Amino acid sequence: MPKTILKYNKKDIWDLLSEITDPEIPVLTIVELGIARSVEQEDDKFIIRITPTYSGCPAMDAIEKEIHKKLRLNGIQNYEMKKDFSETWTTDWIPQEAKQKLKEYGIAPPGKTKEEDNFLHSLKEDKKKVPCPYCGSKNTELQSEFGSTACKAQYYCHNCDEPFEHFKCI
Amino acid sequence: MRTQTTTLTKKKALFEYLIRLADDRLILGHRLSEWCGHGPILEEDIALANIALDYIGHAASLYEYAVEIENKNRHRDDLVYFRNDVEYRNLKLVELPKGDFGFTIARQFLFSAFSFFLYGKLADVGDEQFSGMAKKHLKEVKYHLRHAREWVFRLGDGTEESHQRIQNAFNEIWTYTDEFFYTDEVDDLLQDEGLAVHKKGFKNDWKQLVTGVLEQATLNVPDFDQFMASGGRKGFHTEQLGHLLAEMQHLRRSYPNARWE
Repeated sequence: MPKTILKYNKKDIWDLLSEITDPEIPVLTIVELGIARSVEQEDDKFIIRITPTYSGCPAMDAIEKEIHKKLRLNGIQNYEMKKDFSETWTTDWIPQEAKQKLKEYGIAPPGKTKEEDNFLHSLKEDKKKVPCPYCGSKNTELQSEFGSTACKAQYYCHNCDEPFEHFKCI
Repeated sequence: MRTQTTTLTKKKALFEYLIRLADDRLILGHRLSEWCGHGPILEEDIALANIALDYIGHAASLYEYAVEIENKNRHRDDLVYFRNDVEYRNLKLVELPKGDFGFTIARQFLFSAFSFFLYGKLADVGDEQFSGMAKKHLKEVKYHLRHAREWVFRLGDGTEESHQRIQNAFNEIWTYTDEFFYTDEVDDLLQDEGLAVHKKGFKNDWKQLVTGVLEQATLNVPDFDQFMASGGRKGFHTEQLGHLLAEMQHLRRSYPNARWE
């Protein structure tokens, strides 16, 4: 029996995934966010690994539906989506160029995560200043640890009087 | 006299342990969701809703692992919607009504502090899936703790009214706190297998953190040796859980085959 000749490969699928933007932060793709982890081929089937960001992220359902839609519209049926928990999602996976895009969009990007030796001790320290994505000033104030989405915090800039959101480091 | 003996296997113990953790988060998530649209300020309406989402996400992954361990082809929704109150294994603390904002914050602080220590230790257990979950949940719990701690300061060291309300809250909720450290044969068996942690081992750390924050917030620390409620882990709940579950399960039980499309 002849082996099936596939019209597309891993890279084609990865390229398609790179077109899918986050529903809440449309300036970033699910590849840039590190939600899409990998595409592997097992015989005639492709395994697409995705990882959720925050545990309760309500956008994950929408993202999964978008992936199905994108693949099916491009004639791709022989795939399986798997949720990968082997590595914990971290904002460190977001590449520098994507962080720059966040800033230009008006969201203060996450810094690099620090391995805290003592989280409780760090609670007592002065919070690090998040620079305003609009004017760059560090004269900003945290208003709430949670913003329009679980992954963002709310800030206010006392220099240019603009409120802005910060993509939290996690 | 009839004695009932059931052998506690590792599988049954792990299932039970996961359910306890999941039930805590599901029920507390439900209580927090009751603030949606009723928050004292918009930022807190959003914050509490986001924390509720985190909890429900934690519960979902814990339940999913539990049904996988159980291997009886059940779905996590079966655990959520088709168990009665006597089958739930959450702490009594989490089922108490949300109260005023001070009560909610007091509960958030005490529970987040406990979760922080618990998950910190669970991140090292010898089960990759369980420790992976713990590592992920811990990251989010740190933000919960940060949020609650700040509010304890603002309310305690705030106005006369905010100070009184949160002091009353801590006084009222205190009797439910020792249950955090309840241990039984389930914990013992899993500990021997390297799958659970010795909760009493970090009780002092928890007490220290809580005392420090309350004192800094100019609040009185209630007596750690007072009478403490218990029973939640064995299915003995307050009247409140029944009402909560009725609300939560009603739709699903009325239309058991309904699906989100």
